[in-house]
Amino acid sequence: MGETQKKTKILSIENLVIKFKLRGQVLTAIRDISLDLYKGESLAIVGESGSGKSVLVKSIMGLLDKNGYIDQGKILYNDNDLAHFSTEKDWLKIRGKEIAMVTQDPMTSLNPLKTIGKQIEEAVVLHQGLTGKDAYEKVLQLLRDVGIHDVEKRYKQYPHEFSGGMRQRIVIAIAIACNPKVLICDEPTTALDVTIQAQILQLLKNLQEKYLLTTIYITHDLGVVAKVADRIAVMYAGDIIEYGKTDEIFFNAKHPYTWALISSLPQLGVKGQELYSIKGTPPNLFKEIQGDAFAPRNPYALKIDFVERPPYFKLSETHFAKTWLLHPNAPTVEPPETLKKFFEEGREYANG
Amino acid sequence: MQMADREVLVEVKNLNVTFGKGKNAFEAIKDVSFEIYKGETFGLVGESGSGKTTIGRAIMRINEVTGGQILFKGKPINGKISKDWDREITQKIQMIFQDPMASLNERAKVDYIISEGLVNTKKFSNEIERQEKVRNALLQVGLLPEFASRFPHEFSGGQRQRIGIARALVMEPEFIIADEPISALDVSIRAQVLNLLSKLQHENNLTYLFIAHDLSIVRFITDRTAVIYKGNIVELAETEKLFSNPIHPYTRALMSAVPEPNPHNERSKKVEIYDPTQHNYEANPPSFVELEEGHFVLANEEEIARYRETQKMGVTS
Repeated sequence: MGETQKKTKILSIENLVIKFKLRGQVLTAIRDISLDLYKGESLAIVGESGSGKSVLVKSIMGLLDKNGYIDQGKILYNDNDLAHFSTEKDWLKIRGKEIAMVTQDPMTSLNPLKTIGKQIEEAVVLHQGLTGKDAYEKVLQLLRDVGIHDVEKRYKQYPHEFSGGMRQRIVIAIAIACNPKVLICDEPTTALDVTIQAQILQLLKNLQEKYLLTTIYITHDLGVVAKVADRIAVMYAGDIIEYGKTDEIFFNAKHPYTWALISSLPQLGVKGQELYSIKGTPPNLFKEIQGDAFAPRNPYALKIDFVERPPYFKLSETHFAKTWLLHPNAPTVEPPETLKKFFEEGREYANG
Repeated sequence: MQMADREVLVEVKNLNVTFGKGKNAFEAIKDVSFEIYKGETFGLVGESGSGKTTIGRAIMRINEVTGGQILFKGKPINGKISKDWDREITQKIQMIFQDPMASLNERAKVDYIISEGLVNTKKFSNEIERQEKVRNALLQVGLLPEFASRFPHEFSGGQRQRIGIARALVMEPEFIIADEPISALDVSIRAQVLNLLSKLQHENNLTYLFIAHDLSIVRFITDRTAVIYKGNIVELAETEKLFSNPIHPYTRALMSAVPEPNPHNERSKKVEIYDPTQHNYEANPPSFVELEEGHFVLANEEEIARYRETQKMGVTS
């Protein structure tokens, strides 16, 4: 990891603000986010439900709900600003072909009335321009790539004849069928059993290498993140509050929310004692948020946290965090004891 | 370990649950036996379809038992039982459900949701007492008594799960079956609900059957754990023992698959894959054997000998 690779930006989000109109009110789901995605990397976006992680990637795919709109900012991909795409025709150039998505629930994302072979072939015909026998062969190839055996027989089967893990493999095959550059995996394993989860994550990692994909994982499971991510962005209330390389987030996190997120893992708990828990609930996004959105739940909050929104403070070339605690004039605050131990152990691994 | 002295609250003996009849019969639970001691948290882990929920539902008497017995405080609760005993166990055994979005009546106020059980069993003498009970239940789970007049849709997932817990508590149960109680909740809320469950256990002297698929949570909250695979318990031990020294190949595979929140461990570890054909059970059928005190494994004679061997090497070091 130490060597400096020449990193090329493949996707760049600049000052993005996304709003939703809901019952006469306006909800700000994404509050001024900037994020770069580099070619070949695997970026994990971590956050709770409602933090805006799904909205963010939906906006990249042009799949925002009808009442949602991009208020300002840019989404730059290949000299195109996706934020200005308005027609379905525009989006079809990007969606699937350039950026594909694997969704959470394999039970609902497949068409129950069509054989899985036909469903994959649809994508092959549409995006790769193959027909007839070529398309068929390609589908079989894809099925083999995602680890399905007995492909000729499987081609003719319907989704209900597959288990959850197998269905997720098929969803992945459909996404790969378009030969995308970027693959977005929205909670790809949440609906699956642990043993299957491990297999699917391994499959995604293998495919990333084979097809030279850039991947974005959206998840709330830090275990999944630990396995697959090169970089992590932590989201809270529509903002990326900290981002950095995987090691930097796991073992040197600086934002109190990231601390809280890691501390509340049961793996860090001591049996018989209370598990660390974040008090309160996330903020109401219908209201304008003053200062740091996490401040009301943050035991380390400073006065300024309630007044002014913190900028990014630079911790390394790759690691940034939005918290006033990193301001040179701020008091030094140590993370909770159990977390400190976790950090230290982790750093030993990193160096050893 | 003075396990033998501990009071057994729930005993499951050779439980068999079969769905369907004749050609379509499906044996969801095959000859499962275990005991739950008073005051402990007993974990039941397994993948979807393993039968863990079916066991919970069998104890709740939602699923009919095909064979075997379930005893509560030494008395059978399945089959023909007296009306009084039936009423008593309906109160003493309560359940917390997985999905707080689906398990609360959308059209009823919280007050009604919580006191429905009370009304059905006439567990109060007058209206004031009923209100008092609802109020106490709400306070116990960390909600405000005013919430009684609201509808479920006004609450967040974590709050709704608390309402579900209050509904169980109001019956003054001794035994609570929690079926994946935090799987549907957000990470930061999970910790709150886990802490609440532990707090209530101490305050009300409760015994839990904790059904889950997330092993890290099971490790944190349970005292003893049973691993279930396709309707059979394959391993049962004290939780720490089970996690530090898993013996059955399925348990080992399950544990190796759990993602660890540590990038270095996670990437260097090897995921074991369980192959059920590795057992030679046709010729040499397995039984549920106590390998060391309180640590049971499903194995046949040849396997037991092998496990004992590895056990010695592992433990003495």
